[in-house]
Amino acid sequence: MRVNAEYAGREYPPNAAYEVGREKIREFAQAVGAAHRAHTDPEVARALGYPDVIAPPTFAVVVAQRAEAQLLEDPGAGIDFSRVVHADERFTHHRPIHAGDRLVTVLHIDSITERAGLAMVTTRAEIAADDGARVATVVSTLAVRGEGS
Amino acid sequence: MTGRSPTLAELSVGDEVVRRQITVDRARLVRYAGASGDFNPIHWNERVAVAVGLPGVIAHGMWTMGAVSSVVADWAGDPGAVLDFQVRFTRPVPVPDPGSATVDVVATVGVVDVAAGTVRLDLTATCDGVRVLGKAQAVVRL
Repeated sequence: MRVNAEYAGREYPPNAAYEVGREKIREFAQAVGAAHRAHTDPEVARALGYPDVIAPPTFAVVVAQRAEAQLLEDPGAGIDFSRVVHADERFTHHRPIHAGDRLVTVLHIDSITERAGLAMVTTRAEIAADDGARVATVVSTLAVRGEGS
Repeated sequence: MTGRSPTLAELSVGDEVVRRQITVDRARLVRYAGASGDFNPIHWNERVAVAVGLPGVIAHGMWTMGAVSSVVADWAGDPGAVLDFQVRFTRPVPVPDPGSATVDVVATVGVVDVAAGTVRLDLTATCDGVRVLGKAQAVVRL
């Protein structure tokens, strides 16, 4: 199986909304050791100017990966997940994600390049609130090993 | 998280602002798998990890990134002040059983942008002296 470079430049339609819940934020915060009470106590979050508890900075990966699944689970893309290594990740927050958000993601395949038997696949998930306001941009690069390497 | 938050005026390029150790064991990885939805078996199944050429079960790169982001958020006093955070995953973090792995995190000031009201922290994360993250940079609003 070979990564299909023709997928570069693709943009997927907006996916089904992700509804952000307080308990999901709490669970994720505990998992990464994020002890700030703005993740768990709505009063602390409001005192900082947010409408409800806010998610840790990397929580956006949970939202983004639902959109990325459109690519990874597409047989035509030729990405064998057992050969994938995560190469880099970047989060740009236009505002923090908070409980009560309904987030819609548009996935872009920014580039697919090959070098030394590795296919480097860079995706960009543009996450927006259901009113259209931008919330976060998640750029992720996967390195996919070719057969026999 | 306690005390006052840092201010731009008191920061200079090169200042070391945080030094912290974070630990991770297999139970932590299972917890992160469930919380994040990343159930790749290389993060919980020794047999699968070895079969694909790893030394054993390794931490999710995104767990390490998440734990490091929490260190930055605590320093800033507001997790919502972390505007941008990027890393490269340079080496895996092997997580033994029994026991745990330790990641040493150090943050230094890379850029102070008074006009934007932001500081860029440059982070190192090492496990047994090996750098596990590269180009780890966080832009924080102060």
